[in-house]
Amino acid sequence: MMIGPDEDIEIRLLLDAIYHRFHYDFRSYSMASIRRRLAQARAQLGCETTSRLQERVLHDPQTFPRLLQFLTVQVSDLFRDPSFFAMLRTEIVPELRTYPSLKVWVAGCSTGEEVYSLAIAFREEGILDRTTFYATDINPDALRKAEAAVYPLERIPTFTENHRLSGAPTSLSEHYTAAYGSAVLDRSLRKQIVFSDHSLATDSVFAEVQLVTCRNVLIYFDKALQDRALGLMRDSLCRRGFLGLGTKETLRFSSHATAFRQPSLAEQWYQRC
Amino acid sequence: MLRRERIADVEAGRLEAVVIGTSAGGINALGVILPALPAETPFPVVVVVHMPPREASPIVSVFKSRCAIAISEPRDKEDVTGGVAWFAPPNYHLLVESDHTFALSIEAPVNHCRPSIDALFESAASAYGRHLVAVVLTGANEDGAEGVAAVREAGGIVIVQDPATAEMPLMPRAASARAQPDAMGTLQEIAAVLRAGAIARHR
Ligand SMILES: C[S@@+](CC[C@H](N)C(=O)[O-])C[C@H]1O[C@@H](n2cnc3c(N)ncnc32)[C@H](O)[C@@H]1O
Repeated sequence: MMIGPDEDIEIRLLLDAIYHRFHYDFRSYSMASIRRRLAQARAQLGCETTSRLQERVLHDPQTFPRLLQFLTVQVSDLFRDPSFFAMLRTEIVPELRTYPSLKVWVAGCSTGEEVYSLAIAFREEGILDRTTFYATDINPDALRKAEAAVYPLERIPTFTENHRLSGAPTSLSEHYTAAYGSAVLDRSLRKQIVFSDHSLATDSVFAEVQLVTCRNVLIYFDKALQDRALGLMRDSLCRRGFLGLGTKETLRFSSHATAFRQPSLAEQWYQRC
Repeated sequence: MLRRERIADVEAGRLEAVVIGTSAGGINALGVILPALPAETPFPVVVVVHMPPREASPIVSVFKSRCAIAISEPRDKEDVTGGVAWFAPPNYHLLVESDHTFALSIEAPVNHCRPSIDALFESAASAYGRHLVAVVLTGANEDGAEGVAAVREAGGIVIVQDPATAEMPLMPRAASARAQPDAMGTLQEIAAVLRAGAIARHR
């Protein structure tokens, strides 16, 4: 992989061009990660340098949608990190139950696995019907897949194991039907979810919610953009609302740390003061 | 031990960071290297060991009791401070930013590996340039070979366990084929070089 100061100059120019032309703002993303993503994009799209890639992005309308698939990382699983969901059931749901109606924001929902995991857990805990989930992302292809709620059958063993480890009282098979090599999630889950395009980098708060989860999204941002994104989450949460982050993410290095407290020993869960 | 002149720089403490990559046999190998480092080691040591993907890694507790140097698993955006051996968390790639903070990623495995040694080494190469020491130990795949090439290109120093003495020779062999190592030797010899660098107060 070609690295060095010149490479970084080209990358900054490309990200500026993308911002001005397409209004996607990657300028405050983790540089170490962007370098990797662009090295892969250059190899796959057949561009020797980032400057060539920039030229193509600006002049060939087909290129940016493809590049966006490299710039955003679409990796997810149902009940990824089962202990997160176990903690949700035992520590968070009892308080959520006290609300007559619930709004939940899943920021950076990718292809839907995280919001469907929450919906399944909420159904198991008997609070699905009173809940509206807002699931947002900047990647239109991912949002389309999320709305379809269809996953390859070969992913089901991992999903099932994760679901079991999360302390589930039901079997995952009660929540999907298998057809033509795919698992189709229950329509009743989908009914509670609103999917939409929303960027943590450029958009603002859109609802007051009792729960936000944003997992493995902030790791792709630099500290300044993390603070912007966490500010949106802080402002959309009601008092005593909950914030759930990825396993290795923390508020420790954020200026918003004082707006939250940690209700339990689990590192990933925070509560709005 | 095979050694070139820049190894004297390492022994004199002229380095800012060490990265280590290993897979099969890695726990035993690190059991020779890490206990050799004192608590006051001025530089960070960042380690990728391939492990089965699980939520919680047992490695940190395994080494804590046996090492003077602090052992930790970084959180996203944590400073890459010295005096600590930082272990990549299972199921995440671990990267170093130019401002010497950690960044994590769950992007797809690289050659079936997450964490990937190549990903760590390439990012550390651009963060530390010629002040980086990259070490490849025993392992049964070729992860790390691209990484040492990037370290070399950025002017850093490459140390490889002698494949003839490695529990699994494939990883160190692939690395030394890709970038001519500045030193190649046994675990004890590599440990002695790093320890010398850690106690030299030349910085
Ligand atoms: C690795 S996925 C996380 C998936 C899921 N939350 C999980 O943990 O399993 C990261 C997601 O963040 C989205 N993303 C990246 N930048 C974003 C932004 N500025 N605003 C909203 N979502 C963003 C990507 O498109 C991608 O779908």
